[in-house]
Amino acid sequence: MSGLEAIAQAQQSWRAGALAGSLKKLPHRRAQFATDSGIPIPDLLTPADRAGENYLADIGLPGQFPYTRGPQATMYRGRHWTMRQFAGFGTPEDTNKRFKYLLEHGMTGLSTAFDMPALMGYDADHPLSRGEVGKEGVAVSTLRDFEVLFDGIPLDQVTTSMTINASAVVALAMYIAVAEEHGTPRAALGGTIQADILKEYIAQKEWIVPPRPAVRLVIDMIEFCTREMPKWHPVSISGYHIREAGATAVQELAFTLADGFGYVEESIARGMAVDDFAPGLSFFWDVHNDFFEEIAKFRAARRIWAREMKDRYGAKDPRSMMLKTHAQTAGVSLTAQQPYNNVIRTSLQALAAVLGGTQSLHTNSLDETYALPTEESVTLALRTQQVIAYESGVDRVVDPLAGSYFIEYLTDETEKRARAYIEKIRAMGGIIRAVEEGFPQREIGDSAYRHQREVESGERVIVGVNKFKTAQGAAIPILKIEEVVTRAQLERLASVKRSRNAAAVKERLAAVERASRDGKNVMPSVIDAVKAYCTLGEICDVFRAVWGQFREAGSY
Amino acid sequence: MERKIRILVAKPGLDGHDRGAKIIARALRDGGFEVIYTGLHQTPEMIANAAVQEDVDGVGLSIMSGAHMTLFPDVLNELKRLGADNVTIFGGGIIPDEDITELKKRGVAQIFTPGASTQEIVRWVHEHVQPRR
Repeated sequence: MSGLEAIAQAQQSWRAGALAGSLKKLPHRRAQFATDSGIPIPDLLTPADRAGENYLADIGLPGQFPYTRGPQATMYRGRHWTMRQFAGFGTPEDTNKRFKYLLEHGMTGLSTAFDMPALMGYDADHPLSRGEVGKEGVAVSTLRDFEVLFDGIPLDQVTTSMTINASAVVALAMYIAVAEEHGTPRAALGGTIQADILKEYIAQKEWIVPPRPAVRLVIDMIEFCTREMPKWHPVSISGYHIREAGATAVQELAFTLADGFGYVEESIARGMAVDDFAPGLSFFWDVHNDFFEEIAKFRAARRIWAREMKDRYGAKDPRSMMLKTHAQTAGVSLTAQQPYNNVIRTSLQALAAVLGGTQSLHTNSLDETYALPTEESVTLALRTQQVIAYESGVDRVVDPLAGSYFIEYLTDETEKRARAYIEKIRAMGGIIRAVEEGFPQREIGDSAYRHQREVESGERVIVGVNKFKTAQGAAIPILKIEEVVTRAQLERLASVKRSRNAAAVKERLAAVERASRDGKNVMPSVIDAVKAYCTLGEICDVFRAVWGQFREAGSY
Repeated sequence: MERKIRILVAKPGLDGHDRGAKIIARALRDGGFEVIYTGLHQTPEMIANAAVQEDVDGVGLSIMSGAHMTLFPDVLNELKRLGADNVTIFGGGIIPDEDITELKKRGVAQIFTPGASTQEIVRWVHEHVQPRR
């Protein structure tokens, strides 16, 4: 009898004996257990359940194909993940001050949040910007705002992430222009611009033009960065917003990877070689509450990406196959009730991201269901990461959960289920078509509604919300964005418009329009335009004029 | 047959966080109301016009961007301008207590904050939104 057979036999007699006896005294709390995505959780897994595993092919070694154990050979033994707290509110002066504060307190990379008008391609003085200036991120309309935003920050030393999508070409152009003013050439700039427009139509819903021209702008950025900015990530393929809109972990994984494959296919169609651009692609995952499922998601993501890039898209360079990712704890898991509980949720989620092998992490602050975080709460969130990195000891070994029967089972099941979705999307004609037809949007809407019903029926427990409730919430300090922000931004914008060369503005906007219409890469013309202080809104107006404003049918 | 009460679920402003609005729309539909959803990025004018054209009895506004103190009163003013100020306005989102007090003073009937259950909202709409004729 082989070792595995002996284990299987022992397992059988355990079921008939010890287990049966225990269940008689105390049955399982539920008839069936499952992950939040609905993957069944068996009561016991042993080496006998892993009989079909091919270790080298499926799991392998860190830094080697299929990267299940991590993209680097040394992982956190070599270097901790980047601690990157997303920040942006009020005026560029306010955010510049917060950046400097965070860098002084040990943050190792910048991450910029822009306000809603900037994300939608409107200036502070547009009628649709009423009430929104500087509220959910920093207000920017022109290069002058970027000059203030990054004043005194060594752009040759820090890496900067910018969360902006529909208007990303403008933000990237402004960053390049401000760096040049600092004397840092674009080739030396390190960082990421989110620019994942597909997930905007799927989940976050900040768009300007319809999906196809919007994807073309993303490919322009990929092409431009591949050529001129080797250290820059021109797109951060994001599951975060998909998850926050209600997707399960499996759906997040599937739709996000499908978006990624969409960009790969469009870049290849543009004439780029896969190994020229694919190393610049990076990812961004949400980390929710189901601890083991989240860890498995990171591992499955790396394996699917590696296999598809190699087998389907013909990548030869290992860097094209290794999935590198940022992660953020789940904003949607935070509760307004008993807000201090959010610190505990965030800690567990952060630990899952680290055990899943993330390259970069944002931890949410406890007050973020109410407002953007205060300085005190964001410091506590950063300290959460530092305690994990420097005190818990989990950084001392690479992929510590590999070989856990359960984690490997979950990794396999997550991969299998995500692949089924990806195949379905391919059969629909690819992700752009699926998005136009509203397929991921509907799946996510259904999951969100199911989740809400489970919470309301009590089937899904949220501590402090539907169980262990207290009458009074803890009063916590809240960051207020004052109306003075709008006034300051309107004044600065007006003064920029007065002092710029009107003829140059007109001429450079016309150049952006020509590039847009002629199918030329728009980046060089947009860089020229921002340098002449054309506004973000003016440049996006060109896109609206050329391709039309996108409107979604109001379905629910 | 009695006419169902008609509710417009609307998203004013630029934020795209429509998870809540869509859940409320589905819950109100399941709760027996006729529900019209505006879709995203609506101006106060667009919302008021839709309310009049669709002849609704109530408007539920969902907002997550912090612009509620500007946009909620704007919707009220637009409705008044169109002579539809007997439409019941309620709302939900991330809205601090002090702002809720102020918005109620200005004519918003009710504000629901994070953690409010859909059942609670459906019940409230049943009790407080009357057919306009």
